[in-house]
Amino acid sequence: MNAMVIIKRLLESSVINLEIFFVTLALGLPLGLIISFGTMSKWAPFSFLLQIKAEDGFMKKILCFIGKFRPIHDITAIFVWIIRGTPLMLQVIIVYYGPGLIWGGEAMGRLEAALVAFVINYACYFSEIFRGGIQSMPVGQKEAGEVLGMTKTQIFFKITLLQMVKRIVPPMGNEFITLVKDTSLARIIANKEIIMMAQEYVSSKALIWPLFSTAVFFLVACGILTILLNVAEKKLDYFRM
Amino acid sequence: MEMLNVAHIQKSFGKVEVLKDISFSLEQGQSLAIIGSSGSGKTTLLRCLNFLETPDVGTITVGGEQIFNAEAHAKYSDKDIRKKRLKFGLVFQSFNLFPQYTALENVTLACKLMAKEQKKLNKQELEAIQQKGIELLTQVGLADRMHNYPHQLSGGQQQRVAIARALALEPDILCFDEPTSALDPELTGEVLKVIRSLADRKMTMIIVTHEMAFARDVADQIIFMDGGVIVEQGPAREVIEHPQEERTKQFLARYNENN
Ligand SMILES: Nc1ncnc2c1ncn2[C@@H]1O[C@H](COP(=O)(O)OP(=O)(O)OP(=O)(O)O)[C@@H](O)[C@H]1O
Ligand SMILES: [Mg+2]
Repeated sequence: MNAMVIIKRLLESSVINLEIFFVTLALGLPLGLIISFGTMSKWAPFSFLLQIKAEDGFMKKILCFIGKFRPIHDITAIFVWIIRGTPLMLQVIIVYYGPGLIWGGEAMGRLEAALVAFVINYACYFSEIFRGGIQSMPVGQKEAGEVLGMTKTQIFFKITLLQMVKRIVPPMGNEFITLVKDTSLARIIANKEIIMMAQEYVSSKALIWPLFSTAVFFLVACGILTILLNVAEKKLDYFRM
Repeated sequence: MEMLNVAHIQKSFGKVEVLKDISFSLEQGQSLAIIGSSGSGKTTLLRCLNFLETPDVGTITVGGEQIFNAEAHAKYSDKDIRKKRLKFGLVFQSFNLFPQYTALENVTLACKLMAKEQKKLNKQELEAIQQKGIELLTQVGLADRMHNYPHQLSGGQQQRVAIARALALEPDILCFDEPTSALDPELTGEVLKVIRSLADRKMTMIIVTHEMAFARDVADQIIFMDGGVIVEQGPAREVIEHPQEERTKQFLARYNENN
């Protein structure tokens, strides 16, 4: 088997890496934005309990506790904590085998399972970045717009959005680059991505160079990404906040 | 003619009463300085006038038209409030210019958005808005800086852009919240000069300031606030040179010691 064939095979299997990368971005970014709204939710349905006049002590503490309960915030925050606090590799395995073990029946496709795990995992990381970007927005900007008679929509699209994007680009860029390399974790449930493919040459043909050469794929992908991110940062460099 | 009438404004944050029954009025073309120690409620008062805070009690009347009544407030729609708040302009202590826009764009943005909303942003209108923006920047001495972004301007220049931006919507009353407090001392002069020139043109203004000499020389009226109430008010020069109330005397004495 000549080298060209091996390289062609490797490149074919890298389609899985690319697919995971792009699907995670396409679905993970919007989902991350939604999750960030969840963690920022101030909805406290029992806040009226805080108004009740009670004597200091156990009763008061309970009222306070329930009154401050923010269901949407609490649930999303715990969810984000669990997802960010456990390894992505484990999540991939759980999504693939979990449903079958719990409910029985047919397992999800291997690639689908990997995609679900990646999207959820990265959405949680993205959500924290969105939250940072939104919460670091100084109120003065919004108020300056309000005083000039702008609507909430105008303020968001004409003032806040671009400033948020500028804040978000560098940390998002880091996530994107991590994601490129993380895509190879999908092999844990036997997705034939580029590294898994190369490993097969190690075991079946005792060839090590295909495995080493996958580094080139990741380096090129990250290189292109870095260039694109630099362009974005340059484009937003004309103003400072 | 009476331009502004504020009657019995009260405002609390939680249990803290920040404004306790504030009433005053202001004639058209006059300028009013508000002085007082930190935490006396000066900023909160300006924010109430500009609908950034909602008073719990009281009314605000501009040019004979009642624009705010605490009792009816729940009925005001967003659109109502947007229209009413345009009677006031506000210049912030920290400028709050929009960093992604040039000085000229900062000044013209709100006008453009408004014209667009009313579906009359044609070429002519755009040209007129642009022209007005240039005029305003010229008026504050920044004609040569209009294509600079805020981060390319000094604090004093930024604050002058902010003043031009507030003037662009032609408010009836322009409010300033310590417009020079965030500036290095050598930059306060250029901003005060612009405010002084507005006073000369009979712009109705309310200026919260710690610059007593400026308040005395430029303002017609002065209000001294302490603990959420108006302790003393009257013609600016009189109050500063011959304060009647004990608390005003103390405040001015302390100010003179420190400066
Ligand atoms: N949003 C708020 N929530 C709670 N308390 C507030 C809020 N805004 C202002 N206060 C309180 O109201 C009081 C008056 O504040 P304000 O900013 O109006 O004072 P000020 O006269 O402008 O003071 P300074 O000279 O320091 O600017 C202060 O005790 C402040 O802590
Ligand atoms: Mg203040």
